[in-house]
Amino acid sequence: MANIASSGAYIPLYRLSRQLIGNAWGIPAVPGERSVANADEDSLTMAVAAGLDCLAGIDQSTIDGLFFATTTAPYVEKQSAGIIAAALDLRRDINTADFTGSLRAATTAMRAAADAIDSGNARSILVVAADCRLGEPESMWEQLLGDGAGAVLLSKDGPVAIRGTVSIAGEQVGPWRRSEDRYVRSFEAKAETQYGYASVVIEAGKTLMEKMGISANDVAKAVITSPDPRSHIGVGRTLGLQPAQLQDTLFLSIGSPGAALVLLMLAGALEQAKAGEKLLVLNHGDGADAFLLELTADIAPAPGRRGLLGHLFQKRDLPNYTSYAHFRKLMERDEVPADSSAIIYWRDAKSELNFHGARCLNCGIVQYPAPRVCGECGTKDKFEDVKLAGKGNVYTYTLDHLAFGQYLNVPIPRLVIDLEGGGRVFLEMTDGDPQEVKVGLPVEVTFRRLHEGAHFHNYFWKCRPLPQS
Amino acid sequence: MGSIKDKAAIIGVGCTKFGELWEKDVEDLVVEAAYEALDDAGITPDDIDAAWVGLLYNFTGLSGGAFSEPMKLFGKPVTRVENFCASGMDAFRNACYGVASGVYDVVIACGVEKLTDIGGSGLPMTGFSHPIIGGISAPGMFALAATRSFHEYGWTKEDLGRVAIKNHKNGLSHPKAHFRKAVTMEEVLSAPIIAWPLGRFDCCAMSDGAAAIVIARPEIAKKSKHKDDYVVVKANALAAASTQPMFRNSSDFLNFPATKAAAAQAYAEAGIKDPAKEISFAEVHDCFTITEILNCQDLGFCEQGQGAKFVAEGHTEVEGNIPVNASGGLKCFGHPIGATGCRMIYEVTKQLQGRADGAQVKDPRLGLAHNLGGPGSICSVTILGRPD
Repeated sequence: MANIASSGAYIPLYRLSRQLIGNAWGIPAVPGERSVANADEDSLTMAVAAGLDCLAGIDQSTIDGLFFATTTAPYVEKQSAGIIAAALDLRRDINTADFTGSLRAATTAMRAAADAIDSGNARSILVVAADCRLGEPESMWEQLLGDGAGAVLLSKDGPVAIRGTVSIAGEQVGPWRRSEDRYVRSFEAKAETQYGYASVVIEAGKTLMEKMGISANDVAKAVITSPDPRSHIGVGRTLGLQPAQLQDTLFLSIGSPGAALVLLMLAGALEQAKAGEKLLVLNHGDGADAFLLELTADIAPAPGRRGLLGHLFQKRDLPNYTSYAHFRKLMERDEVPADSSAIIYWRDAKSELNFHGARCLNCGIVQYPAPRVCGECGTKDKFEDVKLAGKGNVYTYTLDHLAFGQYLNVPIPRLVIDLEGGGRVFLEMTDGDPQEVKVGLPVEVTFRRLHEGAHFHNYFWKCRPLPQS
Repeated sequence: MGSIKDKAAIIGVGCTKFGELWEKDVEDLVVEAAYEALDDAGITPDDIDAAWVGLLYNFTGLSGGAFSEPMKLFGKPVTRVENFCASGMDAFRNACYGVASGVYDVVIACGVEKLTDIGGSGLPMTGFSHPIIGGISAPGMFALAATRSFHEYGWTKEDLGRVAIKNHKNGLSHPKAHFRKAVTMEEVLSAPIIAWPLGRFDCCAMSDGAAAIVIARPEIAKKSKHKDDYVVVKANALAAASTQPMFRNSSDFLNFPATKAAAAQAYAEAGIKDPAKEISFAEVHDCFTITEILNCQDLGFCEQGQGAKFVAEGHTEVEGNIPVNASGGLKCFGHPIGATGCRMIYEVTKQLQGRADGAQVKDPRLGLAHNLGGPGSICSVTILGRPD
């Protein structure tokens, strides 16, 4: 069967304490904090970040497919996986697909990826999952939900073997969202948890364990997703698992990141797992998926990969509920008009999405965007295509309070960046304190949603300060 | 290549009041500026052989119609010129060449812009860059040079502030300036930031206005109303640089190559070897305070890196050895984009003729006007003087 070759994670920088949410509405708060995606983030941009993390140190030209799992796709008609694949600079002759509509989508995608690899149709397929679900304001959902993304690379070879899998279909209405609904809905949480989650997850787990001839004692760690902070413990107990065997569901630290939860938990488990150990993965959502994984070797650390741990502790606290409402656009505001052109956007995709530039074959200077005539030596049409490095240093900058004909109270830092390996780019900074920008600051690029010019999502790169190690 | 030196003479100039002229439209501004220039020249519209109108924004006007319609000047060649903030001086340049070519006898160049009709904050930047790659505000473009200069030379916001204080002081005496109010260093330093490190008083505001220049062949000037004090073009140069310096590996953000190139060409054309000594005074493009300091360096008034000190030592005051922006400059007089290049010619002409509207510089022999557009991507330099 197919193997897992790598995993990755992405959690947005910002956190909102649940106490602040409770204070905003004058309602009780559950403990902990939740992650909040920035105003320029969505499930697609977070998936790119998790994908980059998973692919750190891996040649992206070897990837034969990109599957994107989410319940909050940015388009209802338009494939997100293709955009993610371009941002990850994958080849064009690959299989891209969106898996949407269920919290279980990431493991559905994993099954499809494993089947493709087993059939010989692919050598490696990257599965990325992300969600940006919204809870009704003043409801408990606002506190419980979190934003995040995970990724897993399935491949012919890898240190984690997929020993077996079981899927159970299960129709139980709840929770749900119709296409016209903005917020997640629930009818009766107790019944939904018992029949829509616990019983079907237990059934999948029992069926798999019998099929594989293993007992709870054989399992080093169980990744069991959960709709709330505790229900997975009861599920685990029914399967004979002790709380110490259960992977942290991340409720206290980030909240529930929907379809991404299983991959974030799996990334966390793989970070600690050792050769010879078996992992049980149980995922829920309109039924359940179960996987038995076994580490055939230790997982070598990959330079540049941050994983779950590398993101959990990179955080900035939002000062109030209003910041969350602003980031997630909860209030109706006049939309700031922007210009764009779908034709220009398509034509320049290699610069905008793949982040390619060109090196002049005469003088060797790397330029962005790729020109016809070299800006340094004047030679026409003698270039080679280059992928720009995603890291560099600030040469100069400004903190710009003017945008779209308005004065902004919080400025947009605009940075002239000299990239490692050549090329100079000019990008907005995000996820950083404008007051911390200085000449020489090391930054890395991050894929974000710029604006809605011509009524489509204009995705492009910004930069952010390098996280502290 | 030839030279334009002494081949074009200015026989009339006009300029409206600059400011937030809510009740005036483009027709009002063009007619007022052009007729003031025509009256100054003692001629009528029938005497005009050709016209050029400099303006940036389509909402100010499209085609030569922006001039011909208000003036009802039909059946004659009228051309719109656009070259970012250098549109006005480029219109003037084309008009001068029309006369220097020997084809036209009398021509007019008019610059106009109606910025306050657009509403909102700051100059609209649509079309200045790619819809996705490289957007920035106008102050932002120049703030990049301020940040790098602070880093490289240790300049401070106070150094920038001195330019704003000087230009506001100068504007106090000019009846046509947008702002007629002095500013203090405390006001400058405590003003809201527009694009760090530039604050409100480091940035020129949104103004409306127009200016017009009537140009004739020198033989005709000798017989005109200004036969005793007409001014001639000693040099006019135009040079382009990158419109995207933020993406150019070679941009150091410490100077504007377009200015250096245009200045070198203009000095060569006028036969000037030591601009710091031979240029009597200048109107330079101070869209932002940092720009005026860099202009002094790029124009050769002082050494690279010495600009802040040069201003701080008072050399560019009206009483200094090379007064810069005695009119109040873009910062105080105002910067209706297309109008500025022509307004500078208006000011330099009247200074040379000893009839400046505001502060009069002493013993002017050669006056320089410097007009810079985009993020330093186009520059025109004109040198005027009395005929030899």
